[in-house]
Amino acid sequence: MMSSSFNIFRVGISFVIMCIFYKSAVDSLSELSPQKYFSTLQPGKASLAYFCQADSPRTSIFLEELNEAVTPLQDYGISVAKVNCVKEETSRYCGKEKDLMKAYLFSALLFNEVKYITTLEDLQNIENALKGKANIAFAYVRAIGTPEHRAVMEAAFVYGTTYQFVLTTETALLESIGNEDIENAHLYFFHCKQVLDLTLQCRRTLMEQPLTTLNIHQFIKTMEAPLLTEVTEDPQQVSTIHLQLGLPLVFIVSQQATYEADRRTAEWVAWRLLGKAGVLLLLRDSLEVDIPQHANVVFRRAEEGVPAEFLVLDDIDSLISHVESNVHVEEIQEDEDEDTKSPNMDVQDDEVAETVYRDRKRPLPLELTVELTEETFNTTVVASDSIVLFYAGWQAVSMAFLQSYIDLAIKLKGTSTMLLTRVNCADWSDLCTKQNVTEFPVVKMYKEGKNPVSYAGMLGTEDLLKFIQLSRISCPVNITSVQEAEEYLSGELYKDLISYSSVSVLGLFSPNMTTAKEDFTEAGNYLKGYVITGIYSEEDVLILSDKYAATLPALLLSRHKEGKIESIPLANSHAQDIIQIITNALLETFPEITVENLPIYLRLQKPLLILFSDGSINPQYKKAILMLVKEKHLDSLTPCWLNLKNTPVGRGILQSYFDTMPPLPLLVVVNLHSGGQVFAFPSDQPITEQNLLLWLKKLEAGLENHITILPAQEWKPPLPAYDFLSMMDAAASQHPTRKDPECTKETDVQENDKKQHEDKSAIIKEPIETLRIKHWNRSNWFKEGEKSFRHDNKEL
Amino acid sequence: MRLAAAARLWGPPGLLLTFALHPALCLRPGRTAAPPHRDYCVLGAGPAGLQMAYFLQRAGRDYAVFERAPRPGSFFARYPRHRRLISINKRHTGKANAEFNLRHDWNSLLSHDPQLLFRHYSRAYFPDAGDMVRYLGDFADRLRLRVLYNTTIAHVTLDKDRQAWNGHYFILTDQTGQAHRCSVLLVATGLWVPNQVDFPGSEHVEGYESVSVDPRDFEGQNVLILGRGNSAFETAENILGVTNFIHMLSRSRVRLSWATHYVGDLRAINNGLLDTYQLKSLDGLLESDLTDLAVVKDHEGKFRITLKFFLEESNQSADAITLPQDDNDNFAMRVAYDRVIRCLGWKFDFSIFNKSLRLSSSGEFSKKYPLVKASYESKGSRGLFVLGTASHSVDYRKSAGGFIHGFRYTVRAVHRLLEHRHHRVPWPSTEHPISQLTNSIVRRVNEASGLYQMFSVLADIILLKENATAFEYLEEFPMQMLAQLETITGRKAQHGLFVINMEYGRNFSGPDKDVFFYDRSVGHTEDAWQSNFLHPVIYYYRHLPTEQEVRFRPADWALPRPTAIHHIVEDFLTDWTAPVGHILPLRRFLENCLDTDLRSFYAESCFLFALTHQKLPPFCQQGYLRMQGLMGTESLRRHGIESGLLRDYATVGRPREDGGQRPVGSSPAPGLPVQPLDGNKEEL
Repeated sequence: MMSSSFNIFRVGISFVIMCIFYKSAVDSLSELSPQKYFSTLQPGKASLAYFCQADSPRTSIFLEELNEAVTPLQDYGISVAKVNCVKEETSRYCGKEKDLMKAYLFSALLFNEVKYITTLEDLQNIENALKGKANIAFAYVRAIGTPEHRAVMEAAFVYGTTYQFVLTTETALLESIGNEDIENAHLYFFHCKQVLDLTLQCRRTLMEQPLTTLNIHQFIKTMEAPLLTEVTEDPQQVSTIHLQLGLPLVFIVSQQATYEADRRTAEWVAWRLLGKAGVLLLLRDSLEVDIPQHANVVFRRAEEGVPAEFLVLDDIDSLISHVESNVHVEEIQEDEDEDTKSPNMDVQDDEVAETVYRDRKRPLPLELTVELTEETFNTTVVASDSIVLFYAGWQAVSMAFLQSYIDLAIKLKGTSTMLLTRVNCADWSDLCTKQNVTEFPVVKMYKEGKNPVSYAGMLGTEDLLKFIQLSRISCPVNITSVQEAEEYLSGELYKDLISYSSVSVLGLFSPNMTTAKEDFTEAGNYLKGYVITGIYSEEDVLILSDKYAATLPALLLSRHKEGKIESIPLANSHAQDIIQIITNALLETFPEITVENLPIYLRLQKPLLILFSDGSINPQYKKAILMLVKEKHLDSLTPCWLNLKNTPVGRGILQSYFDTMPPLPLLVVVNLHSGGQVFAFPSDQPITEQNLLLWLKKLEAGLENHITILPAQEWKPPLPAYDFLSMMDAAASQHPTRKDPECTKETDVQENDKKQHEDKSAIIKEPIETLRIKHWNRSNWFKEGEKSFRHDNKEL
Repeated sequence: MRLAAAARLWGPPGLLLTFALHPALCLRPGRTAAPPHRDYCVLGAGPAGLQMAYFLQRAGRDYAVFERAPRPGSFFARYPRHRRLISINKRHTGKANAEFNLRHDWNSLLSHDPQLLFRHYSRAYFPDAGDMVRYLGDFADRLRLRVLYNTTIAHVTLDKDRQAWNGHYFILTDQTGQAHRCSVLLVATGLWVPNQVDFPGSEHVEGYESVSVDPRDFEGQNVLILGRGNSAFETAENILGVTNFIHMLSRSRVRLSWATHYVGDLRAINNGLLDTYQLKSLDGLLESDLTDLAVVKDHEGKFRITLKFFLEESNQSADAITLPQDDNDNFAMRVAYDRVIRCLGWKFDFSIFNKSLRLSSSGEFSKKYPLVKASYESKGSRGLFVLGTASHSVDYRKSAGGFIHGFRYTVRAVHRLLEHRHHRVPWPSTEHPISQLTNSIVRRVNEASGLYQMFSVLADIILLKENATAFEYLEEFPMQMLAQLETITGRKAQHGLFVINMEYGRNFSGPDKDVFFYDRSVGHTEDAWQSNFLHPVIYYYRHLPTEQEVRFRPADWALPRPTAIHHIVEDFLTDWTAPVGHILPLRRFLENCLDTDLRSFYAESCFLFALTHQKLPPFCQQGYLRMQGLMGTESLRRHGIESGLLRDYATVGRPREDGGQRPVGSSPAPGLPVQPLDGNKEEL
């Protein structure tokens, strides 16, 4: 809404106010007097100032470069300005030398400053100057503006008042302090504060993790922590900053007798493990908790609930390596988290969303279906029998199904009397709510102004097609003569529908059985679109009931594939029971299991006996299993077979049962509902009735070993979410005074001009920072600038 | 609205008469023949009163609306004086979604009749107030709302009665002395009593309510306007071109609504004077507390501004009074004014309510508004609710509860509360399987108008069912009443809940803030919590917060600290349907709160899981296993295989080079990284 921004705003507030003093020919580099510059510094905003005496020819190239850098720097929220040092100016930033070039990075609130150096000599000078005073954070980055550079600058923003930050991009300097890995950024911590003897070198600790803001923060925190702590508590209870930072604790167990030596050892260990683990000295004598007699080291991981390890270690190196190997593992995990988590959280792992997204640019022939609106909906569904797809344009599942729906429209083009329509509920929200649609997608059939029927089948072309075709006839259809009934049962009457419903159901009633007829009609209505039902209740119904040996009221089930007609008595069955009877009747005794029909068979809650077959099933096997079914040996199982040609995903199933694809055909029993064991019929035995029976007996007796157990774990979140609560907490604790940029009122600036300047210069007691911008365009100006840079290093 | 204005017109005798008649006419006969009873009495047939009447009528309740004027919306018959409403009438949004379009329609009331949308009444973006009067009249007529016009309720008292719903009845007495007994009283009288500041010389001041609106009356005059609200600027705007100059004076600095996001602050449409002031015209703004000032009339009949204490010092004639410029010769208001106009807004009319109703209390703020809870029920009397503009104390200077586009939703919330309290109709909700959770939220944050207008006041609530397999969705609940959710809605919140709210960034806006600063928009999903513009925020609580927790929540928090929180990153188009930028992080958040997998799967994947796992992800359980699996098409399958999220099983089991086996199901290989379409990055 209000967030689009234009270049003009990039320059930020400081620039706007500075404009008054703007006079240079340089395009976007603002130029102002020192007082003005200081008066416009914004708390929390970094700005880069360039101080110069006058526009001398020597500095012009620098200016050009700086000018080019203005935009990239502003991307980092750093404003850039040039400050004119007039002659009488006494600001210490304006040097006396004519060719002086300095660039300062100010963070007006903290005035922490980062020194940029190029030689080992510079580093030693700084080191010497700070011995006994402050510690140094020395960073090498490959170039200015890299993410590592930014991380260092951010750390300097936070810690710059406590530590001297020193920065270099010189590979030679890095090599001269013994680090050959010039490809990566490095951060050293120089422990100079406790060095009192100026001839000694400061100790150095190299940060081993990659330079990210978080890692630097963590590293510096561990540097701040006391090197060695003495404790007399239970190691399990001790808590230090290390644990909070996810680092382990190492307790060196000490006794009164060996205290001094132990302490020296512990200190030595502590130096070696600095930044990797917290080291504590555990005084065994004053400890109330028992620790094993021989243990001399206690190792405690940062993870909560992991018990402390009691170790017996002979030398320090094995201790260090034990810790490092453990820490190492953790670090790698953390690194992986850092590296893979953040990008991966944004990677779509929802297959439906991803496939729909990838397909978004393919135009669909949507014109084959009629788009309905609030205005056209009612007239359309009243005027013609319609199928309505309610979907939401933003929802992936809806859009995936819309494709199937369009495929259906292509199939039915010009052949169906049913109008295929759709309503995008993202547009017509009220209409969908009025039609009781609150989830997507939903398909409803509106016919002859009757109550709409919701489609409850699989969201796919074939199943919906079947539903539409079977819905063409009324349900149940009224049969008026015995002859018609016979045609109905033989499949002649609705020849074209037989392929969609393998079973035709006919209810037989005496004309006076009104309640039974009502119940049956209700059941028929319910099953509309899924099965063909008919009703016959003429006076001569006895002809049919006699022929099929049925007692009225009764159901006749005609299985067209098998050419069989069976009868089921219906006495005292309510609509629900009738539905149940018919649905059960639809189940086959030895079905080919497919993606579409598995859920129906899973409802039986029995273990599955699955014959995997690459192609059609061998009639021998089929016969064997049907025999077993007939002899009621398989009552406790759901026998079925799976054709890998029709259902290739079966290969994936086999692969999870066996490590390698087993030879086919193959028989397995999968105990899905209790225990999850999978048993395989021995592949060296032929699948015969006897062998199978024997195997099933052994199975039942528990004499067979399962080949695998299906995993029972719950479905957990695939990836973590952003922890905004922690981020908010961290922000609240790190920058308690930080506020959004506020615009200082014009008049205030003028009035307080002088005062502010004084205040500011009071704060800038010791501006030691010099960040030199160097590598903007190395090839162009490096030679030119080199000498002068060397020159003023002395100042550092 | 202005019911008791009659009292003013009649003057004190009228009131006395009412008092005198009251015992005689009502109480005694009242005992024998009870006054006509109604379950619900609504005071005022303005927008809020009519809105409530609509809901009561739809629910088939026994109600009546009392209106002193002969037609609805009498406030708008007079105000704003210059007739231009500052509520937008956006007739086109490029979208068909009626609910979404209400986000940009600030004048319509809620009804089922699409003809009763304000865009059918005016084509103007800032419509004429006359159209509002016409609209409100039509609203009442077309919906056949039961309004008793020309009925001025002069007095409201309590009658204790144990039988009553709330332990007492409200007795309303109209101008004829006729009493009406009500179980529930809904006060929608608005704010109509002009605010006046008492200072010496205030009698010289003309009021906004009566000042001339004809610019010719101001030709060549020096005008001082007291006040800094929209009415003040509206008045200034009207005469800007004809006066010598206009000075505007008020205690506080001007608050620009585009800097505060508060529609009640100065709207840009009225701020022409600011423009010319800053461009060195003679017009100007001044800040001073009005109560320190005094206006004196000099011998020429012009008005001089001086300080109150100068007057107190001396008791001299007008021309001899000390003026500030006597000491301080560059005093800003040293010129003489031809007119002084007071435009200081309005306050609630407390005068008709008996003290026992305890509608007001001391304190500056409560002189303007009656005291109400976050449920809009009076703090002093159970069963008395304040609706509409007068209920704005709940979200004053925060949200839109004082304006039609806001209170049409808070009125609905009050009605839902009443339906449950008195008729055992639980707060409306829809129940869905958990696989629909992400969808339900995405749908609402993208279209819901109530959430959008009443941000941080009304919030949607999702109540989880046991084991988080299903949830109930409740819309637009007053979020400060969260602790009392179960009693107010009649729904159970035993298994955790989500609260869906809309929020601006914490420190983004406010008076004097630069809301156009660079970097003001956030584009990365991981920075979503720093979003500045209005964006959806979802709170997750394992348990319903207690009243204590709500009351003592951290400063700047709309709700108590949740177990987890999610911000959907702000969007330039307020369209939060981007698959990777908006929906994916939301799903991850919900998954991690519920510790489950909320991805959607094709039927084939569910088939595989069904035969290789003992448990299925919710989407397969609630879809595929119920015979409603998503079959997909060949072209989608191919994309799935390309992305690595689906496998081409036809090739599985053929000799494989890597020989390894991928873990099935739970962690399909991520495959090629997806390039998210991050439009926001470009935007910066």
